Amino acid sequence: MSMAYRTLETNETYILQAERVKKQNRKKSFLKGMLFLLPSILLFGAFVFYPMFKTIYLSFFLTNAQGATTVYVGWENYKALITDPIFMKSVKNTFLFVFYTVPTTVVISLALAVVANEKLKGIGFFRTIFSSTMGVSVAAASVFWLYLFNPTMGLLNKFLEVFGLEAIEWLTDPKWALLAVSATTIWMNIGFTFLILLGGLQSIDSSLYESADIEGTGYFYKLRRITIPMLSPTFFFVITVSIINAFQTFGQIDILTQGGPANGTNLIVYSIYREAFVNYQFGSASAQAVVLFILILLMTALQFKLGERKVHYQ
Amino acid sequence: MSHIELINISKSYDKQKGVLNSINLTIEEGEFFVLVGPSGSGKSTLLRMIAGLEEISGGFLKINGQTVNHLPPKDRNLSMVFQNYALYPHLTVKENILFGLKGRKVDKQEQQRRLKEAADMLGLQELLKRKPRELSGGQRQRVALGRSVVSHAPLCLMDEPLSNLDAKLRANMRVEIRRLQKRLGLTMIYVTHDQVEAMTMGDRIMVLNDGQIQQVGQPITLYNEPENLFVATFIGSPKMNIGNAVFSENGKYLIVENQIHIPVNPSIFSDIPKDRKLKVGIRAEHLAAGLSKKENIHSLEAVNIEQLGNETSIAFDVGSEVWTAKWPGQWPIELGQKVPVQLLPEFLVFFDADSGKLIKSAEFGKRQEVVTV
Repeated sequence: MSMAYRTLETNETYILQAERVKKQNRKKSFLKGMLFLLPSILLFGAFVFYPMFKTIYLSFFLTNAQGATTVYVGWENYKALITDPIFMKSVKNTFLFVFYTVPTTVVISLALAVVANEKLKGIGFFRTIFSSTMGVSVAAASVFWLYLFNPTMGLLNKFLEVFGLEAIEWLTDPKWALLAVSATTIWMNIGFTFLILLGGLQSIDSSLYESADIEGTGYFYKLRRITIPMLSPTFFFVITVSIINAFQTFGQIDILTQGGPANGTNLIVYSIYREAFVNYQFGSASAQAVVLFILILLMTALQFKLGERKVHYQ
Repeated sequence: MSHIELINISKSYDKQKGVLNSINLTIEEGEFFVLVGPSGSGKSTLLRMIAGLEEISGGFLKINGQTVNHLPPKDRNLSMVFQNYALYPHLTVKENILFGLKGRKVDKQEQQRRLKEAADMLGLQELLKRKPRELSGGQRQRVALGRSVVSHAPLCLMDEPLSNLDAKLRANMRVEIRRLQKRLGLTMIYVTHDQVEAMTMGDRIMVLNDGQIQQVGQPITLYNEPENLFVATFIGSPKMNIGNAVFSENGKYLIVENQIHIPVNPSIFSDIPKDRKLKVGIRAEHLAAGLSKKENIHSLEAVNIEQLGNETSIAFDVGSEVWTAKWPGQWPIELGQKVPVQLLPEFLVFFDADSGKLIKSAEFGKRQEVVTV
């Protein structure tokens, strides 16, 4: 009787002790985990989270030229944006810009990737060439295209001349400016998109194609029924990243058109830059930035919602 | 039905040493032909060359008397089942099975007819709407077979189709594939590294090693009369016990692994060259228990005992080799115990130690063959 009682007691103390050890272990591993995360937390905190909250904070104030808050205005900055024709135009331009650049980039890159995926002699050379725009900085690429677009000496107009067509004011004609900037952007983005799609193509199991070969299906049937569906996770990634990038376009606008002609190429990020660093309206610039953030968030969420269903993960 | 001829077929990559060297082979119509060999022996390469997925470096491949070296896979009128099944993960079972027929624009009603036929044959009716990831390994295997069935091709190639299944399922599928082949009258070329599969499924087997044909023949022939040491040790489970052997100086004994002295019986040893280095082999079932017997008893040390219930597999130390014996029934043997074993000379298979070639197969095996015929 007394034996049984004693074991019961020792069991209880054992359980208590085990609990304590477990708690200690959990605490230890939490601290260890935090230690590993610390560098990223510091960096993200300093360069992402702090600026983000500061932006949201600023968007409710008027500021002086140094960016210090002067008057709290509540939602006034946002209300002003909705009625501001220049900002609304920049939103419209941005959506147009996304619409021009993203599908075109993906289609051209896909074509290049399919070609570069063939097992041919010297294909490595072409793969390097096709992906080389990844290594060109936005500034260098923009300057290079600036020369091509030059109305008198530019290569593009020289071509038109050869075919007896009228010269086009690529960057100053409102009809053409946004298209010209889009063309530059497409060229710059092809490298990255191509590389990702090529990687996606190469991860498709070759036995799928071999099986289709034996069954006697044609090239385009295989492309449509095997390649495209099997690439869908890659497409999803590429399109998401491209859309986010397109929304954040700044460099080529600043170098090629400065938002002109008549705000024809004024995209949101450029508009934010002008509001903040040309007009010194940090409050309303912050409000624009918050609007952009929400737009991108919505677009990405929408994409995940729609895309998930059509994507086939292996 | 297809009749296949391989004439001096060889394969080499980048003009280096050949992966396959002058393979000559004829496969008859309606035959279940198994290519077996260890990994890297070139068996899959040979199959892929027949399929047209791999270029033929030298020699001729004839299907039904026509040279087809230059033909793309689709014009060779064959179907193939891949090791990983090559199912399209984004398509349903039905779409997977009909993939090829749709691609070739076969008539819609014909498609449905063949689909139904294949689904009935393989028991896939319930699964037609599922995606491959919702299927078990065996079901996926069946879908892959279904694709091959609907193609109505007379020649079917299979590249290690059962290697991803567990042992029990594998035994079931062996029977199922075999029945399917007989029922449809297919000519089958079946690649495997598993000699049990080869023995149980093949009408004829080709053993391949290092790009060379080792032996072609019926399973029993390969088992009883292996043409060389490689086939002897590759075919059969457990593998044939092999030991170095020399004749004693007075010629009265054959000494195996410096340990076992077998008295020379002229009727069996008459055509064995006395001056060469030999290797002798004996099947596990021929190393009999020697408890109640008198002649040719040798005492061997047991180093491992596996009780299988219906039989006992005992490993013995013989010189530098470990020999395995299979005795029917349950034998209570201790590890390290000296066990009397009967080793009758008529069960011995003789090989030339240098070339590995067969000198003489077991007397007993021949006798048995006569009995069954």
